[in-house]
Amino acid sequence: MRTLETVGRAVESVARESYGRLVAYLSARTRDPAGAEDALGDALLAALTTWPRDGIPASPEGWLLTAARNRLTDRARHRMVRAQSEPTLQIIMQSSDWEDRDLLPDQRLNLMLVCAHPAIDSDMHTPLMLQMVLGLDAAAIGRAFLVAPQTMGQRLVRAKTKIRQARIAFEIPGADSLPTRLTAVLNAIYAAFGDSWEDADGADAQRAELADEAIWLARLLSNLLPEEPEVRGLLALMLHCEARRPARRSSEGRYVPLADQDCSLWREPLIDEAERQLAHASSASRVGRYQLEAAIQSVHAERRRSGKTQWCAIVAFYDRLAILTGAVGVEVGRAAAHAEIEGPAAALILLDRIDSALSSGYQPYWAVRGHLLDQMGRGPSAVAAYTCAIDLTADEAVRGFLLQRRAAAANSQIVVESTGVRSS
Amino acid sequence: MQYALLIYESPDAFSKRQDEHDEEPYMGAWRSYYKSVVDAGIYLGGQPLDIPETGTTVAHPGGKRQIQDGPYANTKEQLGGFMLLELPSLDAALDWAARCPAAIYGAVEVRPLAPRVHQRVTSARADA
Repeated sequence: MRTLETVGRAVESVARESYGRLVAYLSARTRDPAGAEDALGDALLAALTTWPRDGIPASPEGWLLTAARNRLTDRARHRMVRAQSEPTLQIIMQSSDWEDRDLLPDQRLNLMLVCAHPAIDSDMHTPLMLQMVLGLDAAAIGRAFLVAPQTMGQRLVRAKTKIRQARIAFEIPGADSLPTRLTAVLNAIYAAFGDSWEDADGADAQRAELADEAIWLARLLSNLLPEEPEVRGLLALMLHCEARRPARRSSEGRYVPLADQDCSLWREPLIDEAERQLAHASSASRVGRYQLEAAIQSVHAERRRSGKTQWCAIVAFYDRLAILTGAVGVEVGRAAAHAEIEGPAAALILLDRIDSALSSGYQPYWAVRGHLLDQMGRGPSAVAAYTCAIDLTADEAVRGFLLQRRAAAANSQIVVESTGVRSS
Repeated sequence: MQYALLIYESPDAFSKRQDEHDEEPYMGAWRSYYKSVVDAGIYLGGQPLDIPETGTTVAHPGGKRQIQDGPYANTKEQLGGFMLLELPSLDAALDWAARCPAAIYGAVEVRPLAPRVHQRVTSARADA
């Protein structure tokens, strides 16, 4: 006789390992992800009552799939009475591969492509993926995105309604549109990770709690598409950033910028895995945004061995990235890298070229600008730029860091004025 | 002459369709109107559309395809026509929409039909 606790753990373990797989499989057949999730949820509940009595089945996934299938069939039959045109039952009855767990095709790639479909509002790509592939609830997703749980729940329901009623295809698109579709999937995964990690003095990720989930999704995607270098590039990028997490805060909780981090706190196994992924990716000779961003982090990681940062290499990667994307985060990071080689004045010219519509609300832009102006001895302008950065910062530790920088810029102005020295 | 009646509905009206138990007077009015146009011998065809949230807008300016979630919201262009296509998925519909000439100089919204609503309007009821 199994204890309830053992069964609870078994259900939880199956849920974690197989949730997305089962949702993907069911919704690819019914094209109704919300229905698939409901049926699977009911099946998990049924497992909690049945398994303590009968024991945990040899194939827990197979058991859950059968239970979910039965639930879907019941519902489809119920709907058939009302609507003769309902195709769900037909689709379910046609599939013959239900029972054999080993033959169960992994359709999580299809599911991820649906979550990041261009017909779905791009703001919902990440929440959909977190819910449908990982089984996160709306409250947890809402917390990470600073949206009320109820609002997030409604948005998820609306998106799933669209997937079902507009009949979005659960197919892998052809070679002509796969790269674009895949980019949307990668962007959605990276958005879960929080995308302002190492942009110069960028704010800390507000979604740190989702970093593990994002890495898990990227690992899964690299298993599903082992030959796609950008998938490995994204994974390498996130692993590099994650490796530095222990060094990003001082023991007093203060924000530590990358340049001041103690490399001995970086997590070596994650860096090693990142390097392996990046090497594998570059063997395909198809460079892309995420590989370049990972390569920049790889150069930073090298500091733990050499004690130095090869800024020339970083500048070269940023220049290529800028041609590829032109995103404001890239332009700001590029300016900060150029400052290390050519000095603050040259970097400021690069910053000035950025469209102000993009830069005005972007915190790292103002933080870098403040830093450059301070280096040039333009204290009052530096203070003004830091003030903009502070106003745009929600993270307390980063705010504290910027306040300190601003105070230093204000002080250095006094020093500069009193000694009459001006650096240019 | 043949004429198209282009029917615009409020979110409130769209939500009235959802409830199959409390459907009067919305559905009743549609049934009676449908019956009168059929009886008059003037009815050529028509279909209700699914809720606006199921819409997707495709534009193809300068050869670059833009796909947006939701109904067409711009006010500069005006409704110029409609076509009904039988296709297996939204993805196939978006491909065809992108090839439509209006996608280059305007926009094309793709919205599924609402066959269930159509059936409720057009089928003779026992109590009718």
